[in-house]
Amino acid sequence: MSEAASARRLVRRGSAVTLLALLALAGVYLLALGFTPIEARQGPAQKIFYLHVPAAWSALLAFSLVGLSGGLYLWLNDRRLDRFAASSAEVGVAFGVVMLTTGPIWAKPIWGTWWTWDARLTLTLFLFFLFVGYLALRAALHDPSERARFSAVVGVLGLLLVPFIHLSVYLFRTLHPQPVVLKPSAPSLPPEMLRTLLISTLAFVLLYIGLVTIRYGVALAEEEREGRLDAA
Amino acid sequence: MPEALRLALAIAAKDVRAELRSRTALLSAVVFAALVLVVFNFARDPTAIAAVDLAPSVLWVTFALAAMVALNRAFTVERENGALDALLLAPVPRGAVFLGKLLANLAFVGTVEAVTLPLFVLFFNVDLGHALPGILGVTALATIGFVAVGTIFSAMAVRTRFAELLLPVLLLPFMVPPLIGAVQVTSRLLADRPLSEMLGWLRLLALYDVVFVTLCTMVFASVVDE
Repeated sequence: MSEAASARRLVRRGSAVTLLALLALAGVYLLALGFTPIEARQGPAQKIFYLHVPAAWSALLAFSLVGLSGGLYLWLNDRRLDRFAASSAEVGVAFGVVMLTTGPIWAKPIWGTWWTWDARLTLTLFLFFLFVGYLALRAALHDPSERARFSAVVGVLGLLLVPFIHLSVYLFRTLHPQPVVLKPSAPSLPPEMLRTLLISTLAFVLLYIGLVTIRYGVALAEEEREGRLDAA
Repeated sequence: MPEALRLALAIAAKDVRAELRSRTALLSAVVFAALVLVVFNFARDPTAIAAVDLAPSVLWVTFALAAMVALNRAFTVERENGALDALLLAPVPRGAVFLGKLLANLAFVGTVEAVTLPLFVLFFNVDLGHALPGILGVTALATIGFVAVGTIFSAMAVRTRFAELLLPVLLLPFMVPPLIGAVQVTSRLLADRPLSEMLGWLRLLALYDVVFVTLCTMVFASVVDE
């Protein structure tokens, strides 16, 4: 099959998965608003939690996969890994925007401020900037092999920056809720809320897969066109 | 002395020698750092905020900006006349080339910091007193880490059309952990707090140095080899 045909197929499949994910997300809204208990202290404002946290997790997942595929690229030199990393970074930045807009909307009624220079906020913001920088670097380089190698290096270094972010969360005194799910003891979230959160996370992961597939297909089509222009 | 270290020192010595012959970059960076300090002094209301409250952050923002200026030139000099290609033709392991450039950058940034520190004491009327050894230590600890990352990003950024813009955009997120750590330790040092209150941050800074110097040495070959 030609590259153009497989690019088209990928975009079609990705669109189908994305549509499914958006439907699931609509279901999550219904579930969160109608069938999940209202948090005792925060009231309805806490509902945004089911959007904010999965978006943040998927953004972090996207960025981690950029780092991992960067590392693998440096080892295996496979173009597909670079295409995937570029797609994942773009989708991760989009999820980052969701995280960074829902966060302040939640923070205003609960913390009384849109933004606070708390450690986790600051550092996820910088992680977001890092991947905006990653995309800027990609845009500024024209040689495909150079672009792939450089962005793989930035991805790997970025991945290593994440544990330092996590370490500083515990070192800095923080306003942010302490982890309620991924912590050494059992999750402290009530089971109904945990259920909605997990379903929403699945919807976001599905959305991630759909969008990355589309973006990967687009990257493939772009490369195919560049190749055709070079040959002509 | 291991061979790689000897080669790295030779490369660093070459850079330092070239720098000492012209001195323009070094002088400009020092003047730039001094100007940042002066600007900072006017960017606060002296009746509302005491100089000492702002001192640690002023010091570290100045160091960070000066390092950025210094790192921007690290590989631009290698671009002229294809100097980097010639350097890479030499039978030297890529890791040693990286360490050499890192040492040269550290010498450059360290010199700027060494000149900035007394100016900072003078302008901000801070009494370093017996905090001085500690400040020097934490400066070294924080600088090594972000200069290592900056060295590799500098090598990448010079390959693009807008290196001066791309380097800060890439590097600043990586400067955040060392800068937060350094500011925390510096303010505790200036306030005469016990060592136990800084230990966590010092560990973080040391870990950052070990992780990123090792990693950058390993991946440098991917940046310079076609």
